[in-house]
Amino acid sequence: MLNVGKLENGFVIDHIKAGKCMDIYNYLGLGKLDCCVAIIKNAKSNKMGKKDIIKIDGGLDLVDLDILGFIDDNITINVIKNGVITEKKTLSLPKTVTNVIKCKNPRCITQIEQELDNVFILTDEKNHIYRCKYCEEKA
Amino acid sequence: MKHLLSPLDLSVDELDELLRLASDIAADPARYSECCHGKKLATLFYEPSTRTRLSFEAAMLNLGGSVLGFSSADSSSASKGESVSDTIRVISCYADICAMRHPKEGAPLVASMHSSIPVINAGDGGHQHPTQTLTDLMTIKELKGGFDNLTIGLCGDLKFGRTVHSLIQSLVRYNNVKFVLISPRELRVPSYILSDVLGAGGHEFIEVERLEDAIPELDILYMTRVQRERFFNEEEYMRMKGFYILDNAKMKLAKDDMIVLHPLPRVNEISVEVDNDPRACYFKQAQFGVYVRMALILKLLEVDLPC
Ligand SMILES: [Zn+2]
Repeated sequence: MLNVGKLENGFVIDHIKAGKCMDIYNYLGLGKLDCCVAIIKNAKSNKMGKKDIIKIDGGLDLVDLDILGFIDDNITINVIKNGVITEKKTLSLPKTVTNVIKCKNPRCITQIEQELDNVFILTDEKNHIYRCKYCEEKA
Repeated sequence: MKHLLSPLDLSVDELDELLRLASDIAADPARYSECCHGKKLATLFYEPSTRTRLSFEAAMLNLGGSVLGFSSADSSSASKGESVSDTIRVISCYADICAMRHPKEGAPLVASMHSSIPVINAGDGGHQHPTQTLTDLMTIKELKGGFDNLTIGLCGDLKFGRTVHSLIQSLVRYNNVKFVLISPRELRVPSYILSDVLGAGGHEFIEVERLEDAIPELDILYMTRVQRERFFNEEEYMRMKGFYILDNAKMKLAKDDMIVLHPLPRVNEISVEVDNDPRACYFKQAQFGVYVRMALILKLLEVDLPC
């Protein structure tokens, strides 16, 4: 596999569905970070065949793990300290997500009310269904 | 403070209590005629719905209160671009309770988040219309004595009819209610209601295409309008429209104690000849709508009731 320099201190967002790394890059706002960010596309994976990986040279507080759980709760996080993995985190589905996605329902109040947060609520954990807090349209 | 945004905001017990009060009011409206003396209801109607607005206003006036408000967006500050959250903060200074009708779904919820007075959702787009559901439930309870063991036929546009969806969601909370869903294929009840509400709860339901086939077994027939533009083509509409028009010939097939309900306004889906049939209860339903709104206003304002 292509080697993108070893991470000394930071974290790795692993098991991203192949092709989805740029979506996650954008959702998490990684473009705004000053630290070193490496994106690896189509890495080999025993579990998934192909996967994407993002390595971030910085603390976990740089990203909102709830957003990540909302996008794909199969993603895992490896925390690296002094070159070794010190913690593996799995993600859970957040109960609510605020201002990550917009409601698509043209009849929803979020389309016209100024400065109204777009809030989605987990209504069906088993089937990963989120609904708009206001109009109940599915995410 | 409590608001009413969705019919399911009320638990079965709260609903029972509300309907009992509505029933007491219906029995002796004069006893309640001063309960809201000095209180004001604001009707904030961002789109016209004369019937609903007048029903709310009649309810408040019957309680000895007064009303203020607007009846369309262009006669309100909304036309100048004021947000719902600003409007409700101002209205909270003028009135004690408000009923809001809005074309955007979720607008009454936004209002409730910023309001210091109770907010009643008087219809938000295709989303919820809880006082229509309360009206339907009161009518059924008054005329049928309760909700258990009833067979209810819902006829017409079951896809877009939000009152039908809310009624189903409310009635599945009672015992042994059977649903007969009568509609053209294009306008069937949405699959999420069939699977999540009816299927998941193990409730008995059947879907049929012709009212005539279903009517003999019904205790309640809830009619809604089938709009021409909902059909895929004119030919289908012409073939089927007769299936969903209630007339005396179809009433002959029904039980003697079946009741016919309709949220009104009707167009032609109930033939005028049916109006004289004692089983036609849709105008009574409009009267119950006022009583149940009176009960709701009393509950939300937490005013002392006459003993
Ligand atoms: Zn929405």
